[in-house]
Amino acid sequence: MSEEITLKKIDTFAAHDDENADKGVHIEAKDFSLFYGEFEAVRKVSMQIPKQKVTAMIGPSGCGKSTLLRSINRMNDLIPSTHASGEMIFDGYNIYAKNIDVVTLRARVGMVFQKPNVFPKSIFDNVAYGPRLQGVKNKQVLSEMVEQSLRQAAIWDEVKDRLTANALGMSGGQQQRLCIARALAIKPEILLMDEPTSALDPKATAKIEDLIGELRQNYTIIIVTHNMQQAARVSDLTAFMYEGVLVEFGKTKQLFTNPKNPQTENYITGRFG
Amino acid sequence: MRLETRKLLDKAFSGLGLIAIAIMALALLFILTPIITRGSKAFVFKGTIEHRRVMLEQFNRGNPDKFNAEMAEVSKARKPVFEMMAAYEANTMALEKQLEETMEAKKERAKELKKEIRTLKKKEGKEAEIAAKDAEEERLSEEAKALKNELDALTEKRTEPFEEIADVIKELLGPVPGEKTPVLLRQQYGQTRWDRTQVKLHEVLYKEEWDYSNADTMGQKIQIPRIDSFRGTKLEPMFAYLEKNLEAMMAPRTTFYWQFITDKSKDSHIFGGIWPEVLGTIYLTLGAMFFAIPMGVIAAIYLCEYAKEGRVVSFLRICISTLAGVPSIVFGLFGLAFFLNTIQVSDSKSVLAGSLTLSLLILPTIIRSSEEAILAVPRTYKEAALGLGAGRWHTVLTVILPAALPGILTGIVISMGRAAGETAPIIFTAAVSVGAPLKIWETLNQPTPALPWNIYNLCTEHEAVDEIRHVQYGMVFTLVAIVLLLNLAAILMRARIAKKLRG
Repeated sequence: MSEEITLKKIDTFAAHDDENADKGVHIEAKDFSLFYGEFEAVRKVSMQIPKQKVTAMIGPSGCGKSTLLRSINRMNDLIPSTHASGEMIFDGYNIYAKNIDVVTLRARVGMVFQKPNVFPKSIFDNVAYGPRLQGVKNKQVLSEMVEQSLRQAAIWDEVKDRLTANALGMSGGQQQRLCIARALAIKPEILLMDEPTSALDPKATAKIEDLIGELRQNYTIIIVTHNMQQAARVSDLTAFMYEGVLVEFGKTKQLFTNPKNPQTENYITGRFG
Repeated sequence: MRLETRKLLDKAFSGLGLIAIAIMALALLFILTPIITRGSKAFVFKGTIEHRRVMLEQFNRGNPDKFNAEMAEVSKARKPVFEMMAAYEANTMALEKQLEETMEAKKERAKELKKEIRTLKKKEGKEAEIAAKDAEEERLSEEAKALKNELDALTEKRTEPFEEIADVIKELLGPVPGEKTPVLLRQQYGQTRWDRTQVKLHEVLYKEEWDYSNADTMGQKIQIPRIDSFRGTKLEPMFAYLEKNLEAMMAPRTTFYWQFITDKSKDSHIFGGIWPEVLGTIYLTLGAMFFAIPMGVIAAIYLCEYAKEGRVVSFLRICISTLAGVPSIVFGLFGLAFFLNTIQVSDSKSVLAGSLTLSLLILPTIIRSSEEAILAVPRTYKEAALGLGAGRWHTVLTVILPAALPGILTGIVISMGRAAGETAPIIFTAAVSVGAPLKIWETLNQPTPALPWNIYNLCTEHEAVDEIRHVQYGMVFTLVAIVLLLNLAAILMRARIAKKLRG
């Protein structure tokens, strides 16, 4: 019975031709826990996130999926009194080790936030922010990088005539794609997306989802979403989290059609959450 | 609560609010109106020929040929006054001389008689002669004494009132032509303004006295016409002449004296403008900004972005709030005690010490407004920058500060207005009542006049307060204009930057 409902609700899956190709592990969490003061928001999560695939994280509100995502580029450091235990291994290093340069880490792990957070600057300056940080000063090189990033984010045609206009004048969907372009301009290896479409209308959402499909050619993408259809549509792998614990992690189609854990099944069939 | 009650309450609140705003507006109007109407009289007024003479001789302004032609006309009109005065003086003096001569002659004769009596006393049998001579001598002495009294009376009645009048007329028209030029600049010129001229004319025509005859009431001011003392003398027609021909004598003309702001003052503000004060105010304000802006903004950044929230930071915040409430005179005393006496930034009062003191005064305002502006920057900007791999300092510099700029600027300009207008902190540290405009390097060790201090100084300590009310109002007007312009600039700047940020 439940299987039928599941199948009815979620019937479009990402059709990625390289589904079975193994490109190695990009990030690995080993017994990773993250605490807000006393509260353990992420509990002993162990998972391996493969290279150049889209990994979705789903789960009810407050389950720790966003926290886990933000742990990957240490954005949680901004919140006072957080600390971590266990290991988060990226490129062979535990990023929570003491001698890690957070700034370099964040330059390699880009992030797109829930709400479009463009700077109140021109479109060009927004995208050029990252390259400028990395010391690119040559105008020619900069504008090439900006164009390339904007093309990658599929927004070039819409903004090429008004690169000097203030980015805040764009629509929400455009702003979010600009944020993606801005994140791409620093040439990251991993792209973290924290509910990137929750503030957007369906049309803009569709565009972003298409974009994610294209970007997975070159980037490892980890996306947190509340929208299970979205997870099914865009991701190769899906992780289901509940109360800070990683309940199930596997191929998307398998997780949605044939979940191993009853908790997962309850969640994706809409019995709770 | 019933709907009607709620509506009534709402109305009551908006009514109270409107009343408060109306009172505020009225108060502002009440203060600003006289400042503007009277202050503008320092710039636009009816200037007499004496004003043009001051301009020509002291500031090399105006056309000498035209002035000389005009002066010739005026001199023609003034001539009868001086002639009448001279005639009266000559007449009185002649009378005095005559009296004095007869008196002296009689005294002389009496002396001789005394001598004769003495010689006669040595001889015998001249009693009758002696008695006669004695009587004669006594009569002469009496007569001399009477003459002396007459002379004194004459002096009291004729000479003294005349001297009083002559002084007032000199103030009115300037020194008598042909006499030695007085030393003080204020005595070298007559009245430069038509309104003051009329006041002086009144002073020539009437003597002010207090009448205490009625013991039951307070003394009454009475105006005694001076002409009464000169009935039947050669000076009598002068009063009518003066009253009738004053305009021809002073040639008043509407004058637009915008250089009031950029002219040096002459003879401690009796003539000229207020440039030293304006310049001093500019120096002090810019100096205060020079110290306060970097300190304040950096402190705000530290408090918002770097400091860990805790007891120390809350304590710091309380300190800053307290600092904002400290009376400004205390800052002034601190400036004197610390900057001048302890670390001795300069040997005497100086613009530098004043600027430092003012910067301390406005520091809390700048810190608080910058802090609020920084906290108002959406956290998402910070996250975005950090997520792109920017360091903390870089995030502050490239994202947070630009976004917080409108708020920071508003705080800065408001405190600029405050620094420009504060009096107490500069009394002990920077301000003097008279001074020349300073060169920029002289600000390190020299005091300066400044608008707020000199407004106070002019109305309390100047020796000729009544003569220069217009300067005082002109200063107030200028100061208020500077502060209002600064605030206007803040509003415009803020609007512009905010528009740019909004896109």
